[in-house]
Amino acid sequence: MLFGIEWDTSSHWAFAVSILPILGKGLLVTLQATVVGFLLAAGFGLVLAGLKGMRSRLVAWPARFFSEFLRDTPLLVQLFFLYYVLPDYGLVLPAFMTGALALGLQYSAYTSEVYRAGIQSVPAGQLEAARALDLTPGRTFFAIVLPQAIPRIIPALGNYLVSIMKDVPILSVVAVLEVLNVARIIGDRSFNYMIPLSMVGLIYLLMTLVAAWAVRKLDERLPKEGIHLQ
Amino acid sequence: MKTGRYAGSTQQQARPGPSSELLPILIMDILTYSGHLLSGAWITVQLTLYSSVLGLFFAFVLGVGRVSDNPFVHGLSAGIIEFFRGTSLLVQLFWLYFALPMIGQTLGYDWRFPPMLVGTLALALNIGAYAAEVVRGAIQAVAPEQYEAAKALDFSPRQTMWRIIVPQAVPEMMPSLGNLAIQNLKDTALVSLISLADLAYKAEQLRNFTQDSTTIYSLLLLMYFGMALVVAGLMKLAERYACRWRAGGSV
Repeated sequence: MLFGIEWDTSSHWAFAVSILPILGKGLLVTLQATVVGFLLAAGFGLVLAGLKGMRSRLVAWPARFFSEFLRDTPLLVQLFFLYYVLPDYGLVLPAFMTGALALGLQYSAYTSEVYRAGIQSVPAGQLEAARALDLTPGRTFFAIVLPQAIPRIIPALGNYLVSIMKDVPILSVVAVLEVLNVARIIGDRSFNYMIPLSMVGLIYLLMTLVAAWAVRKLDERLPKEGIHLQ
Repeated sequence: MKTGRYAGSTQQQARPGPSSELLPILIMDILTYSGHLLSGAWITVQLTLYSSVLGLFFAFVLGVGRVSDNPFVHGLSAGIIEFFRGTSLLVQLFWLYFALPMIGQTLGYDWRFPPMLVGTLALALNIGAYAAEVVRGAIQAVAPEQYEAAKALDFSPRQTMWRIIVPQAVPEMMPSLGNLAIQNLKDTALVSLISLADLAYKAEQLRNFTQDSTTIYSLLLLMYFGMALVVAGLMKLAERYACRWRAGGSV
């Protein structure tokens, strides 16, 4: 029994069906962590991309180093660091928030590159034309560069959303009850790991296939010439 | 003996402040921890090496299989790639470690494999599936004239693939494979969760013992970062080697 839901061990199929609602509860936490982690990653990544693009080397180089450091160290270790070290300095976050923060930080290194690549992919001729038309730098960025960069940025961000979803099981080490952790607890209590773990594998396969399909559709639907922000 | 040393040197000064007198203690702590951590780092290095080599093998088999004309080979390769890319690595690791022995038990076999084998296999299959897509992309990027020329020279399909196409595709894959090698190094940290005593596992042990989270985890992050820099350097060398036949050097 878990979350007050009993399981039925009369047969393999009955067991698989009876644990579905329990796994569903874990799945909900997985999806929440995915969304919160993704929003943090998208936000931090934007800040990091801005800092890395600064003219001042005093800002840009530490930002680049920090981004490289986040990218080159394991999420698991970053998570441990945040979970055990921050409380020593008086910042106690719940496990779920720590996990989402770790996901956000790790993936901000990746998303910052997505923003940079998206903005750089806008042809130089566009900037020259904007200058010829005497647009201010702010207007050039928001009316010319950004609308053309967004259709390239969004699908790439979508791919990282899928990656974040696949990394959420790591949060189980700080006792976040996401779907894999729930499956393991079911295994511990029913002495049957095979069915819950296989079901989590299938659920993941299904979710990533659907997500990959959705990202592809989104990519096709986005107008390649740009999106008007007005 | 070790136990006493850890307890003695750290428990009293669990949080060394910025005071200059505590700096030597911090250095002593780091030296004390290093021995323990390095034994774990050795496991991490071995695991990274084995799984990268095995993963590269899977990548070529699956990547070449994916561009095959044979619908069975093509379908099988695509299915395996999608499966391992689509499920979380930790799920695969747990499945191989906890669920596979149960299937073996049902069938009457002993499929309880040592964590090192399970870890290597899971990491290799996972990174191999990602790398297979890189291999496929690089193979498809080779100019179609190369196929035509090989056909005109009467090369067999196998000779064309392994002697004409793959050598030209390898330099194209190298930058992506370099990123994946670092990805693989990072992923090895997950094997600590199936009780393989790698770097992350040893650090967790130390932390449980000394409660000195700040020093240990900072050290751990730096060690992984250092190893990633070494892997990146090695992959740069490999890239230069793979590009040596090109007229202008690399890329």
